[in-house]
Amino acid sequence: MNLLVCIKQVPDTETKIKLNGDSTGIDPAGIKWIVSPYDEFAIEEALRIKEKNAGSTVTVLSAGPDRVVDALRTALAMGADNAVHVELPESADSFMAAKALAGAIKKEAPAELIFFGKEAIDDGAAQVPQLVAGFLGLPGCTVVCGLEYGSGTVTAKREIEGGSFEKVELPLPAVIAAHKGLNEPRYATLPNIMKAKKKEVKAVKLADIGVSQADQKIKLKNLQLPPPKQAGKKIEGDAATQAKTLVDFLRNEAKVI
Amino acid sequence: MAKLLVFVEQRDGKAKKSSFELIAAAAKAGHETHAVLIGASVSGLAGECAQYGAQAVHAVENASLDKYTSDAYAKALQGAIKALSPEIVLASHTPMGKDLMPYLSALCDAGLASDCTSLEFDGAKLKLKRPLYSGKATAEVEFLGGGLQLATIRPNAIGLPKPDTSKSATATALSVDVSGTKGKCLEVQKGASTRPDVTESSIVVSGGRSLKTAENFKILEELADAVQGAVGASRAAVDAGLRPHRDQVGQTGKVVAPQLYIAAGISGAIQHLAGMRTSKVIVAINSDPQAPIFQIADYAIVGDLFQVVPAITAEIKKL
Repeated sequence: MNLLVCIKQVPDTETKIKLNGDSTGIDPAGIKWIVSPYDEFAIEEALRIKEKNAGSTVTVLSAGPDRVVDALRTALAMGADNAVHVELPESADSFMAAKALAGAIKKEAPAELIFFGKEAIDDGAAQVPQLVAGFLGLPGCTVVCGLEYGSGTVTAKREIEGGSFEKVELPLPAVIAAHKGLNEPRYATLPNIMKAKKKEVKAVKLADIGVSQADQKIKLKNLQLPPPKQAGKKIEGDAATQAKTLVDFLRNEAKVI
Repeated sequence: MAKLLVFVEQRDGKAKKSSFELIAAAAKAGHETHAVLIGASVSGLAGECAQYGAQAVHAVENASLDKYTSDAYAKALQGAIKALSPEIVLASHTPMGKDLMPYLSALCDAGLASDCTSLEFDGAKLKLKRPLYSGKATAEVEFLGGGLQLATIRPNAIGLPKPDTSKSATATALSVDVSGTKGKCLEVQKGASTRPDVTESSIVVSGGRSLKTAENFKILEELADAVQGAVGASRAAVDAGLRPHRDQVGQTGKVVAPQLYIAAGISGAIQHLAGMRTSKVIVAINSDPQAPIFQIADYAIVGDLFQVVPAITAEIKKL
């Protein structure tokens, strides 16, 4: 079985965000880059299927500038077999990124199951998995926290609101976007990290897959950091007094209850 | 003025209030606002759509659309777009909306702005803002080219006006071929919780690890019940097993923007603040006066949450 995992490299969650000079993006200086946390569940799931199905291969694919090769090496160190890097400008939107991924999948890595994380924690758009499914004409299911494998199908348990779940059956090939709870991702061991450094990462150019700047649909501009908040009101007194004062403020000043 | 279409999300014949936020905001801005209902039997919701300002209501009804799947609903909505030729299509950024709209974006070759926290217009162009890094920054979205504009808007970001109950409407049936779609929803397993979801509630009461045990969250649940709110939690509380992950607020959990956010025993790690800082009013209760959460709180209470929270609940019950 051919298994594919699309991953994104993002700033670590502890990163303090600073803007670049023209406020079209962030200042990359000093950022620690990681594999987006939800993508780790996707990698782990593919590795587990491979371990249960002899002869399977796991390919990891990432679109972005050259730095994303480090993310691919992290996935190789976890146990992926092959890695493909599609060049993509920093400013690309989800639509262009998904076009590039879909193009690379068709050209380099057709697969029965295509995994993603449910969203990347940088732009949090949660678009790319279903865009790729749409471009490839495949069924897709996101926020998946459980999977059962049948013959030629997969049944996904998808988390929706209020602690409810949808059970969705998808014929293969299919796109799955992983959520926390699907599995417990493994750590790469030191020998595997060393081995991963030597593995080949195949490079794909946008021109090879017919994707261009014209595929970008939206642009982000005028980025702003949240304005510093004015100091709030400190409510003094014993617990009963604090509670009475707070409820009075919430009702008569803020008007939210 | 634009021709604008709102996807009205429903489950089991009950429409989401957040869909009506979009209808009301678009109608108020003077746009030709159409509502589209998708499902097995949904035209009964047409009246409600009109009461919030929809000028016309359309229904794509088919037995196979009884339960949501991304590819079938995207095909149904694409059919409505072909029939009505709108310039803008809006949906709520809910579990359904965020799954559906990217698939539609691919089918329609149209740009999508996700999880926007404001909805404004510049003539027939959308003027949107969206958070990045879970709210550590915000950006304006510009649509390139002149094509169809798609957007999902975060629930509660706009607010819901009162419906005009004097209005009524009948849905116009749209015939769309949804055969050949591949995903199939076998069942919807209802959660045991009758509590609203943190992303949908206009009031959220959240707790941190200093609650110490899962049982102690009861005091937050009682406060949440008193204000018909949801209960959230910090990552530390979820990692310690005090609450399920679905309640987690933050960069690796859910991002919320309620009218009122009450943080009890939450110190305010950067990744938690990212998930709730756009809340309209923030109350922080913490025993540590240096806790970072106080820097963004509108009302700060330094004290023991085990005493303060029940006192607030008691005070609210007096109202």
